[in-house]
Amino acid sequence: MEHIRTTKVEQVKLLDRFSTSNKSLTGTLYLTATHLLFIDSSQRETWILHHHIAAVEKLPLTTSGCPLVIQCKNFRIVHFVVPRERDCHDIYNSLLQLSRTAKYEELYAFSYNPKQNESEQVKGWQLIDLAEEYRRMGVPNDYWQLSDANRDYKICETYPRELYVPRTASKPIIVGSSKFRSKGRFPVLSYYHKNKEAAICRCSQPLSGFSARCLEDEHMLQAISKANPSNRHMYVMDTRPKLNAMANRAAGKGYENEDNYSNIRFQFVGIENIHVMRSSLQKLLEVSGTRGLSVNDFLSGLENSGWLRHIKAVLDAAVFLAKVLIEKDWISFGHKFSDRCCQLDGDPKEISPVFTQFLESVWNLTEQFPQAFEYNEAFLLQIHEHVHSCQFGNFLGNCQKEREELKLKEKTYSLWPFLLAEQKKYQNPLYNPDFSPDLTLLEPNTVSFNFKFWRNMYHQFDRSMHPRQSVFNLIMNTSEQNKQLEEDIKELEAKIKQRNGQSDVVLEKEQEQTAHPAPVALKSPPCFQKEQPPMPMNDAVRTIEGSNTADNRYSELVSEFSKAEPAVVSLEYGVARMTC
Amino acid sequence: MEFSELIKTATVEKALLWRPGLDTPVTGTLCVTSHHLLLSSCPRGDLELWLLIRNVDAVEKRCRSSPRLSPRVCPLAVSGVPLTLSCRMSPLLSPWAAPGSVLPLPRLQNLGWYQPPRTGASLRDTRVSGSSGTITLRCKDLKVLQLEIPGMEQCLNIASSIEALSSVDSVMMMYPFFYRPPSLRLEQGWHQFPLETFFQRLCSRSSQWRLSTVNRDFGACPSYPEAVIVPAAVGDDTVTKAARFRQGGRFPVLSYFHPKNGTALLRSSQPLTGHNRRRCPEDEKILGTILDEGERGFIIDTRSAQAAKQARMGGGGTEPKSAYPQWRRLHRALERGRPLQESFSRLVEACSEPCVSMDRWLTRLDGSRWLSHVKAALSTACLAAQCLDREDCKVLVHGAEGTDTTLLVTALAQLILDPCCRSLQGFLGLLEREWIQAGHPFQLRCARSASSHARSKQEAPVFLLFLDCVWQLSRQFPFSLEFGEELLLTLFDNAYASAYGTFLCNNEKERRLCKVKESTHSLWAWLNQPEEKQKYLNPLYSHNPLVIWPSVEPQSIQLWQGLFLRWIRPSQHLDEAWREIRRLVEGNNNSTQESTGKRLSQPLPDSTAGTEDGR
Repeated sequence: MEHIRTTKVEQVKLLDRFSTSNKSLTGTLYLTATHLLFIDSSQRETWILHHHIAAVEKLPLTTSGCPLVIQCKNFRIVHFVVPRERDCHDIYNSLLQLSRTAKYEELYAFSYNPKQNESEQVKGWQLIDLAEEYRRMGVPNDYWQLSDANRDYKICETYPRELYVPRTASKPIIVGSSKFRSKGRFPVLSYYHKNKEAAICRCSQPLSGFSARCLEDEHMLQAISKANPSNRHMYVMDTRPKLNAMANRAAGKGYENEDNYSNIRFQFVGIENIHVMRSSLQKLLEVSGTRGLSVNDFLSGLENSGWLRHIKAVLDAAVFLAKVLIEKDWISFGHKFSDRCCQLDGDPKEISPVFTQFLESVWNLTEQFPQAFEYNEAFLLQIHEHVHSCQFGNFLGNCQKEREELKLKEKTYSLWPFLLAEQKKYQNPLYNPDFSPDLTLLEPNTVSFNFKFWRNMYHQFDRSMHPRQSVFNLIMNTSEQNKQLEEDIKELEAKIKQRNGQSDVVLEKEQEQTAHPAPVALKSPPCFQKEQPPMPMNDAVRTIEGSNTADNRYSELVSEFSKAEPAVVSLEYGVARMTC
Repeated sequence: MEFSELIKTATVEKALLWRPGLDTPVTGTLCVTSHHLLLSSCPRGDLELWLLIRNVDAVEKRCRSSPRLSPRVCPLAVSGVPLTLSCRMSPLLSPWAAPGSVLPLPRLQNLGWYQPPRTGASLRDTRVSGSSGTITLRCKDLKVLQLEIPGMEQCLNIASSIEALSSVDSVMMMYPFFYRPPSLRLEQGWHQFPLETFFQRLCSRSSQWRLSTVNRDFGACPSYPEAVIVPAAVGDDTVTKAARFRQGGRFPVLSYFHPKNGTALLRSSQPLTGHNRRRCPEDEKILGTILDEGERGFIIDTRSAQAAKQARMGGGGTEPKSAYPQWRRLHRALERGRPLQESFSRLVEACSEPCVSMDRWLTRLDGSRWLSHVKAALSTACLAAQCLDREDCKVLVHGAEGTDTTLLVTALAQLILDPCCRSLQGFLGLLEREWIQAGHPFQLRCARSASSHARSKQEAPVFLLFLDCVWQLSRQFPFSLEFGEELLLTLFDNAYASAYGTFLCNNEKERRLCKVKESTHSLWAWLNQPEEKQKYLNPLYSHNPLVIWPSVEPQSIQLWQGLFLRWIRPSQHLDEAWREIRRLVEGNNNSTQESTGKRLSQPLPDSTAGTEDGR
């Protein structure tokens, strides 16, 4: 609270970042402890959570006021013009402070109160249970068991307490292996494929340097290999480019020496590290945020950013993993959405778009297999939103240990029940649970042209760029309606049955008088009033079509002709740069 | 000329047909006829290929004594995809079947799809021994077929026969003049969209225009139809004189009347001002009477200001401000001619190599510049529409000849502005009015497609660019067009090689000379058959009375995968999803009609095969 000096500024302009005619909305800006709120003259509200703010920038003063550019982690960019420089400065300073929370306890999640009672809160956290997840995979079993080695986070701080390891791996082996691994992240079970009796394990790089070896670690991998009885070889996939792995050797790290490990095959898959990814995403955002972009600029910018290349690399690696190792089903990887995200949660403090990449890879899969996923694009976007919002406790902290120390489960709420409550919004109406029964796994085609720019992610707030009519909404409403109609039919059928039953037993006499009582009743069932005209949702769906030509930059005609507004600010968009 | 002279070898036994995505090659008897290449699989005879030879764009042959498909001609490794056949017989492929005795002739079509290479299976097992040759046929619809033919001489004969037949230039020798489908009558569909009907709709709202017969017998302008709409205030003699001042006689005519505010879209060719800045009072009068006093109009020139200036050297030019004081000129450079054709070729080439890296793919996509052309065409059309609808101004569009980019802009602008053009009938009417009758030289522009080596200067995929823009609109407004992608693909295919006469010749005058309307069938008649029409309708369509303003940001312009990757990308899952959408929506509309729902839940090819067999 002490950071807020000005809570309300009037006559603020909100500029449209893609309109050349400097179109703007005028309204009032409010600053609260958690949000920045803009209400324009037609009472439309724009809410920006402080935690979403990646960078705030004050641009040089212009005739109409002081421009303030805010870039958000969910790829929203807003451009305000505040009439008085003093106000602008105050807001700027406040936002700087508010968006950079030093302590976990100041995060929104700790103050957010969704009016759940305690038991609901507890239930929300119990919605996803890792042990249950492993049981679904068929673990523990003859080969894999729960290890209590990390019960007190003694061996590895960043691992959870419960870990699954091969039965043959004794505690000394685990301890020995963990000492040989970066940050103690020894090989543990990540995914077990019941039918193929095959497992995916994960670990960090070995501290091998140029020549060091560790017998326990070798035993550990041996044990894992034996726990996969149906596979003769074990593959070690190194997600780095080989060059990076070699360079790490000089720092005493590196990769496993094949001579020391039997039955191991190596595969480097060349996914770049987080620093490359970060700058790649930054380049992408710079390109897509440019005003007056030509197709050429866009495509070469897309290429130079390398972003799609990285997405392809990630998916290529995943396909390799799926195929070679265990032919695992990607469907379960996705469709039990709530399960997986728990393990794969990104973390908001370490700035790297790895989690965004994961979501984007999933999105690419949904584009290729429209019927294979139970959830839709909105779900992915919503998760992305909340990874950064810090509104729920799920994505806070860096590891299980930290989360326990923060007492997240008592102090904050879990996101999943909120998503589940809005389940309908996130369901894929085309989802087919029996999708391609002959295909137990999805075989994504990783040919380059299948990777597309995810417009709905990177331009989700630039509405003028979206398709003006959404097939998805239409289908969703239609299938909803179909369901409703089917229920009506069932209801009616039940009523008919009831009627017939009655007429059989009780109304036999009446039947003699009125020739066909049942059909008469059928002619005007009460439910028919419930029936809606076919596809009434069209109007609702078609919200922004036929939108203003000025949104679309066909020409400068508007200003040439009507001289509607004097140029509000003379800013080059390029000035605003990502600083996170 | 006799076709038999061009056919050196008519039949070959044990020929091998292969297409990217096919599991195993099909062996069968190959037969070259005057208009088709046929292959009937042996020994079972259950698969057949019917390929219109006119569809062949390029023939590549290579002969070797030890047969082996070279990796270059066989860029996609054979995969383990099961052979999927859509057993659909289209009447355009059954010219010899007598009515009533139609045999179900399945056709190899869309055989499988591209899959990443998995097995290194070679063709060794099925291959013929001894010398042989391979022919690669690159078709105008962008599909690639490979034939392995035993015997070097036979192979060369077949290749040169196909080459000779595919480059027959004479219009009257083309397949539409021989094709007689039993279900259609010759005159059907040719006069479905008379300009009179269009004019009647207009004159109920405005008396500023009249239907003129100044071009009777194509006297004033050879590339215009006989009936045109001109300002009511000018007489035919003025128009005749103005025609002499415009290239090819294409004087300003009305293309579209905007009922909302009474503004109009006109088109013409460039004025022949030349280097001595010639003027023409009649032309000035036509454009002058259109505007009231103090009213302003826009001339959208589809060339850059520089190019328009340079055109003066060749006798062309633009309207000088001094002579047309109420008109403001806007220049929007649109690509045309050779560069556009090359752009198309480069894109097709890029698409044919699916195994390239991400960077390479983006470089090549970018290098083709096709999407830039799409964006430019769409934004210019939007500009024209904006002038009409938002600025309440009349607009004249022209480039140089007025038969290519001009029509691209006027047709697109109408699609954006006029809800009527977005219905199936309205769209076909728009094509008839703004492309076919307006004199887009289809025969010259669509003689060759993307992979032809022998290219004259005249080819340009302007019509394809138009279809691509329409597709972009359909992506951004998926409920606003009554027709779907399937129609656009069919139009593309037929513009380049067809059994119908609709896209033959370059203008109405030529069509009259060749008796196209008397001797060939109209594509519109075929498309309008109820069971055929069903395939082209968009199940999501609902009438949208608004103007549809598309986004023209590069982020919103997409590659038309359904066309450029039609034979390459795996589409099974997308097709299934689309069928599911269809089922959901149509199930909703016809929830009472159970039978309809059942029919639609079946895969489409089956249902069409069924109906056609029955005929």
